[in-house]
Order: sequence, then structure tokens, then C-alpha cells
Amino acid sequence: MTSTDPAETFRHEAAGLLEILEQSLLDLEKRPDDGDLVSSAFRALHTLKGSGAMFGFTAVSSFIHDFETAFDKVRKGEAAATAPLVAAALRAKDHVAALIADESAVDPQKGAAILRALAEAISAPAPNGSDWLVSFRLPDNALIHGTNPKLLFAEMQSLGACEILDRSVPVAPVGEIDPDFLYLGWAVRIDGAVELPAIEDVFLFIRDDMELTIERSDGGKQENATAEEAPPQAARASEVLRCEPESDASSSAQKDKTATLRVPAERLDELMDRVGELVIAQARLSQLAVSRHDPALVSIAEDIERLTSSLRDTTMGTRMVPIGTLFGRFRRLVHDLSRDLGKQVTLVTSGEETELDKTVIEQLADPLVHLIRNAMDHGIEPSAERRASGKGDTATLRLSAAHRGAEVAVTIADDGAGLDTARIRAKAEASGLIAPGAVLGEADVNRLIFEAGFSTSRSVTSLSGRGVGMDVVKGTIEGLRGSVDLASEPGYGTEVTLRLPLTLAIIDGLLVRVGSGRYTIPLAAVEECIELPKNAGEMRGRSFLDVRGELVPFMRLRDLFHADGEADVYQKVVIVSSGQIRIGLVVDQIIGNNQTVIKQLSRLHSTLKTFSGATILGDGTVALILDVMNLVGFGQKLEETRRDDVLARAA
Amino acid sequence: MHALTIRLQDEIFALEATSVREILDTVPITRVPNAPDFVGGLINVRGTVVPLADLRVVFGMQRPPTDQDTRIVVVEFELDGEPLVAGILADKVHEVTEIDAGSMEAVPAVGMRWPPAFIRSIGKRGDGFVIIPDMQRIFRIEAGLDAAAA
Repeated sequence: MTSTDPAETFRHEAAGLLEILEQSLLDLEKRPDDGDLVSSAFRALHTLKGSGAMFGFTAVSSFIHDFETAFDKVRKGEAAATAPLVAAALRAKDHVAALIADESAVDPQKGAAILRALAEAISAPAPNGSDWLVSFRLPDNALIHGTNPKLLFAEMQSLGACEILDRSVPVAPVGEIDPDFLYLGWAVRIDGAVELPAIEDVFLFIRDDMELTIERSDGGKQENATAEEAPPQAARASEVLRCEPESDASSSAQKDKTATLRVPAERLDELMDRVGELVIAQARLSQLAVSRHDPALVSIAEDIERLTSSLRDTTMGTRMVPIGTLFGRFRRLVHDLSRDLGKQVTLVTSGEETELDKTVIEQLADPLVHLIRNAMDHGIEPSAERRASGKGDTATLRLSAAHRGAEVAVTIADDGAGLDTARIRAKAEASGLIAPGAVLGEADVNRLIFEAGFSTSRSVTSLSGRGVGMDVVKGTIEGLRGSVDLASEPGYGTEVTLRLPLTLAIIDGLLVRVGSGRYTIPLAAVEECIELPKNAGEMRGRSFLDVRGELVPFMRLRDLFHADGEADVYQKVVIVSSGQIRIGLVVDQIIGNNQTVIKQLSRLHSTLKTFSGATILGDGTVALILDVMNLVGFGQKLEETRRDDVLARAA
Repeated sequence: MHALTIRLQDEIFALEATSVREILDTVPITRVPNAPDFVGGLINVRGTVVPLADLRVVFGMQRPPTDQDTRIVVVEFELDGEPLVAGILADKVHEVTEIDAGSMEAVPAVGMRWPPAFIRSIGKRGDGFVIIPDMQRIFRIEAGLDAAAA
């Protein structure tokens, strides 16, 4: 066993807790009444304080202690989770993170200032004196089940000064009234000094089916005011109960915690390597079993094969991380940026459950930060401009992820001004990226923003505009063997789509032979295999295949790979696709399916775009894995030139 | 210098012994289409895929097919700050020996059959010469790493 540094363990744990805290705070800003969020933030703080003290992070725990004290007021309903409070709490959270990272590098004055801000935010609106307004309605059959509302009132009265208000509820016409049914609902005003949990306890045993809201009410309200009519400021300053008693919530959180396990990433990598080797060994065993014609051996080999493939899937599953973990981080970024830039922006995310390999997720963070910053700084216009063009003040930034075939597409879309093609062109000409007057399509001009050293923003802001960024984005995504798509509609916004291959350590592959070489095609990209028709016309020098009425360009891999020897008489076409585009790959022979352990090619071969990696076959030889995305790109160019040809002929 | 001497055609080369990981009999070589001839192959070294380099390409030698003397020397060395593992095809592997540092000489600017840029120095051993290749420079230039970085 490896011994671990306890401080490191704490840092890992703290990172997770701080993230929960931040998410809760950000949510709290939108739903200040949500008691769940307050308790989840409070729990995170409390755990941090405890383990901080245990691991000797005294500065951390003493700071959190004060932070927690402030927050406890919110939990008890004595203070409201106002915007200034959330802002101060977010700063406090950053301060805690800094303290954990390096205590000595942090100025204690800063901590004190944050705490002062927190205290101010807490004390400013003091809804302390206002009464509780409890409105409830029991289920129709409550009387039949033996619940007596009178006892509830008696219990509430025992808590403190209590006043029962009427609450108008539609009652059935006289003739249809069933005396066993409870038609009424009530509102009760209770003295503000009473603790919230005490009121909750009154309803402890009947909580499940009833409607119940407990709010701070404005002291000077009308006698017959109902919960629905509560003025908005009272609603904000209130705490609406949506959850079961807190003890339940925390025990379910406890359950979640024991169900997950923190494992160092390198151990998972090691496990993946071992499974990879096992898959290779298993392939050899299967091959041997078949050639020996020993039924007993074959049956064992089949068992091993089944086990290996399920072990492979499980292991791969452990490395898959939902992209939501990454999206979560950007909420804070958007929150801060929209404050700094004075632009109102809502971040809408979707497809958080889309899973990607953890290494891909990690490398995706920086490009996404760049893209979000760019969208908010350049893409989204200031509010005044938005109003002028008839859009709402609040801009929307959409971040979404979805599976598309063998790829995952991550899209960042804003509803801003769109790209200014004329300005990009002028800038590109000025900086010598393109020749003045060069004939380029709009899309091609727009793609220039991915060139190194390109920036159209006239002013260099602290956020973006230094001309680094977009080329870094493109570089990183291409490093992951993905691609970047750009779509822009002037006046309506810009959409950047990152396409990432699902490249994981092991994939299912289709093994083919070209000349004397064997190659693997990722099975997820394969649509079908057909025989190459004898008359497969090279139409005017270009190769297209008629697949059920659709023209599919095809490429002879023999030519592409300069294969030796004679071509087989009956050549096969493997039709692969990526997104909308399909392409046929002509091979000599289709050998069959195999489990493919992807081994990265060394730096010496990193310039080869037609291969995404290599794998080791059952007989121990190495086979190259075709990079379908790049091959399809190649086919797309063929397709475009054909279209141009057709257009030229028509003209 | 502690060195492993190998024969490429009719010349003796010395590889730094500390960078040599293992010596293998010939294994099936997978051709990499469209790769530079120098690193045109891949081999399986106990479960890892390793590029196979042919120094004979760099020195413009003939490349007869493998025979019973052919070996693959797996080397590992630092290249631009990162470790690189590669197989080197050798027509024959001789021995691990000590090359006297005093006998090593700089490469003469003229009168060389081989590109001097790729040779670090020339040592003497017995009555013959030993070529000590500059592996870093060879791999950087011949495998197109410079172009990839630019």
C-alpha cells in the first residue's frame, strides 16, 4: 500500500466540499428560499471546519468557524440569502480555497475584510422580528386516518403566541359534502421567536401527503392575508420548506458518501493498462483454442472472453466522468464575468450526463474557458445594444453536450451579435494572414479567428482580446483528435461546436486487410460493409459509389497506403461515417471484429493524421487504427469538389 | 564511455549502454504507410507498441532484408525533455565495451562518407573506428519532429 500524505487527503476532500458549497451558493442566488440549498452549503462548511481542524489547518477552520456562524443565521431563517450575502460568501469560499492551498501566502487582513462583509450582509435586512406564517392543508382523508387538526393547533399554541387566520378554500356544494372529508386549510401566525425546527416538528408525522409552507411574514400584514398574497420582499426574506426534516436529508447524503470512493487517477490508469494486456492475452488464447480443436479449451476460452469483455466495460466505466462536473465550474465563471462586464448572462446547460473519458474532460476545461470568455466578451453585446436590436437585456449562453455517433459534440452558443465577417477580413488582411482581396467564403473568413495571433477586438481587455485563445482552443481539440466547427449568424449569435472522438483506451474494432497490412477501423464508425461493384465507375477521375440511391465517395486504401502486391479480385467497401458525412474505404479483405486496445503512437508518428493509434493483435503483431474522422474529412473534400464540378457544368 | 557496439552494413556504431533497454530477436514489423522511411515500422515489445528506427536510412546505406544476425536494440533516451522509447534495427550486435574517452575525436569536416551532422564523435577500438551517432539530432530531424513543432 502506498502511504498518503494526510494533508493531501484533506485537500482532495476539501476540493469536493468547496465545489458543493459553490454550487449551493450559486443556486441560492436564484432560489433564495430553498432550504435544501442552505442546509447543503451549511453541511459542506461544517464538514470542512471539522476536518480542517483535524488535519491541522487551523487558520482554515477558524475562518470557517466565523463563516459558518454567519451562515447559521441564514439556516435558522434569521437572515435572508440576499445577493450581497451570496457574493460575500463566494468570496469567503475563494478565501478558504486559498488558505487550504497555502496558508502562509494569504493576507489575514483579507480574511477579516471578507468576514466583515459577510456580517454586514447578514445584519442588513433583519427579518428577525417578523412572525412565522404557517399555511397548511391536510389531505382529504386526514380525518378518516385519525388526524385531529385541533391537536395540531394546540401544539402550535404551546410553542408561543399563535393566531389562527382563515384561509379561503373552495368547499364542495352543501349537498355533496362528505362529513368524513376534510375540505379546509388553515393559516397560522406564530411568534417569530419560535425556532423553525420546532414548527416543523408539529407536522412531523403527517408531513408526507400534506401541503405545508412555513414563511417569515411581514409583521404589519393584513389579518386575512394568505400565503399566496405575501408581498414579494416577504417571500424573498422567507424560508420555504420543501424538504423532509433535515436529519433525513443529511443521512441520505451520508449514504451517498459511503457509496462512492476516491481513487487516485493513476491507479485507474494502471488498471486500464492491465485490462488492456488481459484483452490481448485473451485474444491469443481464443486464437489458440480455435486452432487446437479442443472443445474443452474452446469453452474455457469463451468464458474468459466473456469475462474479459465485461471487465473491460466495467473498467472503462470507472474512467468515464459525466461532463456535468466540468459544466459546474463554468457557472461561477459566467457569474463573475457577467458582473465584471456588466452584462446580464444566463448560462443554460444541457446534456450534463454525457460521459467522456476523464483525461478528455480534463483537457477540455481550458478550451471551454476560452470559448466562454470570448462569447461573453466579444459575442454578447452590452445591454443597451441588445435592447436596440430588439433582444432581451439578459443574454443566454448555452453549453450543451451530446453523443453523435462515435463522437461527443460539445456546443457553446450565444445569442449575441455574431461574428463580424467584414472586420475579421480587414484584420486578417492587415496582419497579412490573407492577401488583400483574396476570394474566401464567409465561413472560411470566420475560421481565420482560429489562426495564431488573431484578435479583432479593438481594445485589449483583461479577459480576452490578446489574440491568444482561439488558436489554443483549436490546438488542444486537435490534440485530442477532435475538431472545431464554427457557425455564426450576424445579429443572432455564434455557435462553436467541439467534436471529440470517443477515444478511450479500448474500443471495438473491425479488422481489415489492405495488401499485406492489417488495419483496424473503429466499429462505432462503421455503417455497413458491401462488395465493391465491378463497374464501380471512377466518374471522371473521382470515385463515387451508389449506395441505395445515395452517392458515397470512396477511397482505395491500397492507393492511400501504397500497398504492395496484387489487389484481391473481390474488393470490399467499408462504409464509415462521422456526423452527416459518409465515405467508403476500399479494402482487400474484411477479417472480423476484435477488441482493440488503443496504444498511442509515439511522437515520431504524430504527424500522421490517417492513424489514431495502434493496437496489438492476437498473434502479437501490431496493427494501425484508422482515424475515421480525418479520412471522412478527406472524403468531404472529394464531395465538395464534385459538387463544384456539377455546378460548373450546370453554369 | 560504456557502449554497445552494433554493426550496420560494414560500419561499427556505438550506442550508449545506459540508454539500451533490451536486445530482441527480430519480430514481425508493421509497416506504417506514409511515415518517413527512417521510422517506417512499428513493433510489439511485450505489450507496448514501439516505433522502429532504421539508422541505415540516415546514413544512406543499403537495406538488405533481415537475416539470422539481425537484432532490434530497444533504446530509451531523453528527447526534448521527454523520454522516448524506440527500436533500432541492427545488422548484428557485437558487445558491450568501454570506449576510451581519450580516443574519441571530433568529426572531421571533410573526407567523411556519412553526414557529419549526425555523428557526435568517432572513437577508436582495436584497429577500427567506431561511429558514435548523435541520436537526439537524428530523431529530431529525420522523424520530422522539428517540422511538427514549428
